[in-house]
Amino acid sequence: MNIIPEITRESITYLINNDQREDGRSFDEYRDIVIEPGIISKAEGSARVKIGKTQVIVGIKPQLGEPFPDTPNVGVLMTNGEMLPMADPSFEPGPPSEASVELARVVDRGIRESEMVDLEKLCIAPGKKVWMLFIDLHIIDFDGNLFDTATLAVLSALKNTKIPVAKMEGDEVVIDEENTMDLPIRNETAMCTFVKIGDKMILDPALSEESILEARLSIGITKSGGICAMQKGGDASLTKENILDAVKIAYSKVPDLLKKVESA
Amino acid sequence: MIFITNGKIRDDGRKFDEIRPLKIEAGVLERADGSAYLEVGGNKILVAVYGPRESYIRRLLRPNTGVIRCRYNMAPFSVGDRKRPGPDRRSTEISKITAEALRPSLMLEGFPRSMVDVFIEIIEAEGGTRCAGITAASVALADAGVPMKDLVVACAAGKFNDEIVLDLSEKEDKEGQADLPVAMMPRSEEITLLQSDGDLTSDEFEKALDLAMEGCKQVNKVQVEALKSKYSKNIGELDS
Repeated sequence: MNIIPEITRESITYLINNDQREDGRSFDEYRDIVIEPGIISKAEGSARVKIGKTQVIVGIKPQLGEPFPDTPNVGVLMTNGEMLPMADPSFEPGPPSEASVELARVVDRGIRESEMVDLEKLCIAPGKKVWMLFIDLHIIDFDGNLFDTATLAVLSALKNTKIPVAKMEGDEVVIDEENTMDLPIRNETAMCTFVKIGDKMILDPALSEESILEARLSIGITKSGGICAMQKGGDASLTKENILDAVKIAYSKVPDLLKKVESA
Repeated sequence: MIFITNGKIRDDGRKFDEIRPLKIEAGVLERADGSAYLEVGGNKILVAVYGPRESYIRRLLRPNTGVIRCRYNMAPFSVGDRKRPGPDRRSTEISKITAEALRPSLMLEGFPRSMVDVFIEIIEAEGGTRCAGITAASVALADAGVPMKDLVVACAAGKFNDEIVLDLSEKEDKEGQADLPVAMMPRSEEITLLQSDGDLTSDEFEKALDLAMEGCKQVNKVQVEALKSKYSKNIGELDS
């Protein structure tokens, strides 16, 4: 838990009430975004994304496994988040904190619910063998807005993921190490996170803003224009106007975010 | 060099006494008090340092000195088959020996009841991560401004195809006959870490130790350059 001096809280709130932010951005402006795909050669898919000074590395590794009994012909997606103690003085090693579980689940929701990856194509033998995709989020520097950073990193990593071609020969799975296939991506998604301070909704909170937030709202939107995930956080409430404003801004921002991943 | 160069070339084209391409950058993370990024061969390693700060773990607290705590952690995607996240026996051991390798260089007596945290994150592994982690950690400690007598630098030597070679690659580590990681403070040549596994005769051991120490000195130059280039940059910014 970071302790924020009252004076910092007051100065940030004062600025926001006067339509200003500490770093000079407007309320609907992202910090600089840097996307580096494919930085880990041993991972089948990977990316590093920075939004401002926040940095997330995502690695994707496939493993053969059994499908869940209720979805025998569908591959498995698993998202795991590690808020590494290197990223912030208050992050501790050990079992995942509530915050990191929330992060992993919200990012997972964005990807899963947008049906970004065609999981049926990850089935090798119905009921027996499917590819399990492990998505590992590594938070290495925390300067606010992990949700958007991690979601962008996952999108970028999924887009450069190559999995081995596998098929059944009798009862055995044969992996063709020579040939790989791109992951079947059919939709894309990005997330926009806002915090409410005073009565304003502010996009892409920096750490100082995030640490005094009253409420937080993350919105996942797909390329095809659907809202695929939402998550509200924080102790205070949001008004309907707050939410609708945020959604409107998110819709205007997502195409830019997707374009950035495309051109990285 | 005290060795007779025999001209034999290794799988990756290196000579027996040649280290892999090495890059170190100091001060790469925003939040940490000190940090470093290191690449050697296919290894990619990030280190963050926090402290000296008040020890919030009572059993580690020492009334007369500061303590150092390390966490060596491999990313699940850093290796061929996904590694299950979290500590295992290997990383626990490496965390411990890393702290012990770094401790002798640090002047923590002036920081009673405090703790220095070193977080080593293996983003990608390709043989020799413990040495690379120590080398990077020492740069991060210097970047954090922790008082120290000298940098600590680590490098391994080993035996592959009956030859004593420096800085084993992943393949040489896996298929080799011996591995000898060494860490030292280069100015005094005090050795702060020494491990060995595999099969070495005493002559081979001595040769490997000499070679590893020679490697340490090469690596140390890159450490020093990394720190110089960060801080000379900062001075440049002040001037302008």
